[in-house]
Amino acid sequence: MTEDHIDGNAAGGALRDIFTVDLTAAVGRCSSCSQSLALAEARLYTQAPGLVARCPGCEEVVFRLVRGPGRAWLDMRGVTCVQFELPTGS
Amino acid sequence: MARATVLGRLTWRVATVAAVRDETQNARTIVLDLPDWPGHLAGQHVDVRLTAPDGYSTERSYSIASAPEGNRLELTVDLLPDGEVSPYLARVLSAGDPLEIRGPIGGWFVWRPERPEPVQLIAGGSGVVPLMAMIRTREAGGARAPFRLLYSTRGPEAAFYRDELRRSSENGSGLSVTYAYTREVPQDWERPPGRVDAGLLAQAAWAPEREPISFVCGPTGFVENVADLLVSAGHDPARIRTERFGPSGGQP
Ligand SMILES: Cc1cc2nc3c(=O)[nH]c(=O)nc-3n(C[C@H](O)[C@H](O)[C@H](O)COP(=O)(O)OP(=O)(O)OC[C@H]3O[C@@H](n4cnc5c(N)ncnc54)[C@H](O)[C@@H]3O)c2cc1C
Ligand SMILES: [Zn+2]
Repeated sequence: MTEDHIDGNAAGGALRDIFTVDLTAAVGRCSSCSQSLALAEARLYTQAPGLVARCPGCEEVVFRLVRGPGRAWLDMRGVTCVQFELPTGS
Repeated sequence: MARATVLGRLTWRVATVAAVRDETQNARTIVLDLPDWPGHLAGQHVDVRLTAPDGYSTERSYSIASAPEGNRLELTVDLLPDGEVSPYLARVLSAGDPLEIRGPIGGWFVWRPERPEPVQLIAGGSGVVPLMAMIRTREAGGARAPFRLLYSTRGPEAAFYRDELRRSSENGSGLSVTYAYTREVPQDWERPPGRVDAGLLAQAAWAPEREPISFVCGPTGFVENVADLLVSAGHDPARIRTERFGPSGGQP
């Protein structure tokens, strides 16, 4: 196993910057191996430009996020069916 | 604390450093004042942003060390001598300075005081920080879930929160603490220096039959190694939560 990744959890701030809910506990399904995973369990690579999250099961890319001033580029092709809790009251 | 679940879009805010406190020769706790902090859960982190006069800015994540408590927040930062951000936080920043942060972040690596099951905490080096927030939250709320902490550190001098952990493990509240020293052991210590292995885990951690929830935190290599050991020992992978801090340069 390589050691150059951290947990998807570390992308929580960047994702919350865009979405209004916490996505780290959201459960998605990997579109290549069908494994269900919490986004916090993805392997996050931060050395690439932006953030690249990979599936812990098959290593395929789950999502990529690049931020620039006033702009975000988000590619979520590797995850289907994201399910997350909404804040109480909604 | 319920407020922590009602979120909005996350924005940067400016905290003021209320105090700094040395934890070890290399690590420092930073006490922050945040006028409108929404509260947090034990195990969450914040992002810290430093901006240079020329506009260049860089961010890192730091776990929250303190239990939820009004407008106060504590971080503990370990110095990486060749690092970009930690030398500033651990050496330069001082009381009265502003610091840009966003958070609280994370809903996965968190412990809620109403959970009844036993909790196994396993820390490598600065990985003890979010686990300390869990210990403090448990104590502040009078929660009764039994806790065990296995803390791997280079030696006694490198351990964070030493006195507080001793007091909390001696007050009969149901916390037990085991140290694993990797380089230097105290006098008369029965175990030679070494990393956490299957034997130590069997001795210090809850048995899988107790169905504990495990929180493992530290450098990436440490976390992967310990998570593998837990699974081999029969722990349900679904009950193991991990937080990888980054490259393992020098195992704790
Ligand atoms: C969710 C999360 C919570 C964290 N909480 C804490 C915390 O409570 N306290 C704390 O001290 N740190 C914590 N970290 C690590 C922190 O975010 C930084 O990675 C660390 O402070 C190093 O940053 P730097 O800018 O000084 O080093 P960099 O300039 O990023 O790196 C300098 C050198 O150190 C190596 N390196 C980078 N990070 C680490 C690391 N964590 N351990 C060992 N070597 C490393 C790099 O490969 C490089 O060689 C956390 C990380 C995450 C993802
Ligand atoms: Zn996959």
